[in-house]
Amino acid sequence: MADLSINFAGIKSPNPFWLASAPPTNMGSMVERAFDAGWGGAVWKTLGEPIVNVSSRLAGLDQGALRLIGLNNIELITDRPLEVNLKEIADCKKKYPNNAVIVSLMVESKREAWHEIVKRSQDTGADGFELNFGCPHGMSERGMGAAMGQVPEYTCMVTEWVKEVSTLPVIVKLTPNVTHIVPPGKAAQKGGADAVSLINTINSIMGVDVDTLVPYPNVNGMAAHGGYCGTAVKPIALNMVSELARDAEFDIPISGIGGINTWRDAVEFMLLGAGNVQVCTAVMHYGYRIVEDMIDGLNNYLDEKGLASVNDIVGKSVSRVTDWGNLDLNYDVKAHVNKEHCIRCNLCYVACEDGAHQSFRFEEADGKKYPIVIEEECVGCNLCALVCPSPGAISMIRVDQGGPTQSWRERQNSQA
Amino acid sequence: MAKNYCSPLNITEIEKNFSEINPAMTAAEAMHESNRCLYCYDAPCTHACPTHIDVPSFIKKIASGNLHGSARVIFDANPIGATCARVCPVEVLCEGACVEKTLLQKPIEIGRLQRYATDFAMKSDRQIFVKGESNGKSVGIVGSGPAGLSCATYLARLGYDVTIYERKAQAGGLDTYGMAEYKMPQRVSLDEVEHIASLGVKFLLNTEIVMGAEPESEILGEVSKVSFDLLNEWHDAIFLGTGLGDTNKLNIPGEDLEGVYDALYFIEKIKTRDWESVPLGNSVVVIGAGNTAIDAVTQAKRLGAEKVVMVYRRTEKDASAYDYELELARKDGIEFVWQAAPIGIMSDDGNSRVTGLRCERTDGSLELFEIHCDMVIKAVGQQKMGSFFEKVAGVAVDDHGRVVVSEQMQTSNAKIFAGGDCANGGREAVDASQMGKLAAQGIHQSLTGENVRFAGSK
Repeated sequence: MADLSINFAGIKSPNPFWLASAPPTNMGSMVERAFDAGWGGAVWKTLGEPIVNVSSRLAGLDQGALRLIGLNNIELITDRPLEVNLKEIADCKKKYPNNAVIVSLMVESKREAWHEIVKRSQDTGADGFELNFGCPHGMSERGMGAAMGQVPEYTCMVTEWVKEVSTLPVIVKLTPNVTHIVPPGKAAQKGGADAVSLINTINSIMGVDVDTLVPYPNVNGMAAHGGYCGTAVKPIALNMVSELARDAEFDIPISGIGGINTWRDAVEFMLLGAGNVQVCTAVMHYGYRIVEDMIDGLNNYLDEKGLASVNDIVGKSVSRVTDWGNLDLNYDVKAHVNKEHCIRCNLCYVACEDGAHQSFRFEEADGKKYPIVIEEECVGCNLCALVCPSPGAISMIRVDQGGPTQSWRERQNSQA
Repeated sequence: MAKNYCSPLNITEIEKNFSEINPAMTAAEAMHESNRCLYCYDAPCTHACPTHIDVPSFIKKIASGNLHGSARVIFDANPIGATCARVCPVEVLCEGACVEKTLLQKPIEIGRLQRYATDFAMKSDRQIFVKGESNGKSVGIVGSGPAGLSCATYLARLGYDVTIYERKAQAGGLDTYGMAEYKMPQRVSLDEVEHIASLGVKFLLNTEIVMGAEPESEILGEVSKVSFDLLNEWHDAIFLGTGLGDTNKLNIPGEDLEGVYDALYFIEKIKTRDWESVPLGNSVVVIGAGNTAIDAVTQAKRLGAEKVVMVYRRTEKDASAYDYELELARKDGIEFVWQAAPIGIMSDDGNSRVTGLRCERTDGSLELFEIHCDMVIKAVGQQKMGSFFEKVAGVAVDDHGRVVVSEQMQTSNAKIFAGGDCANGGREAVDASQMGKLAAQGIHQSLTGENVRFAGSK
């Protein structure tokens, strides 16, 4: 059994799986049940001036019969009194001294307001703070949440205010609703943040009821944009995590968030530079119990790879991400159909014909018609292998001789 | 007939036994199953369907929530798509070809999905197809079974004035009278007939087409007789979809005894759901091993016969019933006697009632034995009506008594077309439907010179 414990920016946790600040961490009883289920840490539902929510609040994106590949919400921060939350945080931390309890904060953009809430919160025995600079709906209209995270100067300034009084590690939660994630990330670092977490949710409208013409979620015939999360946002989150991880000047820990359902998702985030991960949507869908396989699967993965600690995988794929201009133009792969696994659905054929490079033809073999790759036409794009439903039926095979590499950049330079 | 010569079960038990073997899908089932479809390109299911319904297309339309469009795709290629959804041997056609069978060992439930879409359309007020603008031409169709219904639908869509002549009191042919009740209740076929009638197709029921030499039109009992010559006069073209004739004779002693029935008669009685009127013995022997024989044994058992035996003169391997049908009979508790040729139907002396079937082993032993029973059902194939075609319609038939047709379903008489069992010797409803489609195209080409191609005509 590998060691799953982590020390994330000074916050100790028995494993890298934390619940993100969201409905699953709304109150003490919930967080305690989560810890009982195995979660290593929890970022409490954001504290601040209690708000009033609307009904309804959530909308889902389905893919065919598969429900909730994406979720959006227009719920705001906690609607519970500050004292109640603080008492429950203190109680919870006493009961679960080995689990990480992080307090998420969001108040108006005034130095005194931030100083006050930080001071009141750190007496609970909590392990750290997370500054919610990411919430993209409702709170941002009031000058909070993403309104902070979208302006690097504000991010830096408020982080500085918090650090002036905080005795605990401070994580700055970043919004993905920016064109480039590095400036706000660096601003947090400049303001003294001990770590960043990302991504918060993405601006979204989930869809429109084509009968009533009202977009989702319907609040008395009207709708507002909400924050998008879940499986579908994972690639966006992975990119943003890796962009910060690759940046030479950025050197504080990253907590990865966005579409994590399984141990495999978590491993991917950690390989691209995350020191731990936070999960929300998958728990909202299936409950706290999903952490059991996350822990079990991660353990088995590390054991199979012969790794003693989960920390050994952090950042291991960062060096494998580069700019397009550095990719090897001489590397060449071609698709190959393995007839014994081909079920003759011909999806490769039609995808290539209409969506790629017309590199398939049909060939008769043992009285059956099989799709076959025309190698001269195949550009090695992967599309056929991606649409193929039968494992092993299409292989992408390297055909270049493994000679000298040449990137676009090198080619430009050699031609200069 | 002896008293109590009918089902010993109460109505609730019978209704339970005859509930549909492939029940309707719920919306959730349809959602999951339709999304499981891979949406193959140049799909094997479509190739395997005799009417070449664009199966991936109709399934994806279910997945997208476009049920009206889904039903249109089905009915466009097969006007009796609601019937076929229930009675098609999908195991050997579309579902048998489904690639999912090879990928996950479980094909997509195409038949039940087709039922889901067509059920929606049959309940909807929205018309899928409308009668075409009248082209002033008229076609007479003899027989309202699958072939005639299909031919009539396409011709009506093209603007023809179509009249179907049907000998029986209700339209639909074997769709209405010959399908095992647990596969499809009669209502489905009759609804489909109504759907087709809404295209302006006229149905003349209780109307038999007879030799030209007979009186032109004569009311005899409840059935009018119309001479073929008159039909010829009235219409610009004629389509023959008469199906097959009566059940073949066994030509053994005792065939006329009380308690000996044709399988088709037995099945037809069940279709009325007037259970007390369905004859049933305590111990039933069905002779034959085709799909009709299966329908007879399974339904006799479901009605409550204590012992049901299927007797066939050859081996199980030679049986023409589909494997999955034999399996169904086995599950229903049917006993099989293979390699036994019936040589006589027995009765007690001086009694006209059946008491047993005498058989001879065909395995070379020539052993004689008797199966005690009080009911014998003959399911040994239907006669061809070769003489009707030759003498009444004046069209050529082949050595097997089948009407000879071209690829366009045209007979030796250029004005007369034919399709369905009378031309193919007896196959599935879906095969008849396809022939009706091809005939409609052939008739249109012959009358207008225009080449029209309906969905799935190849």
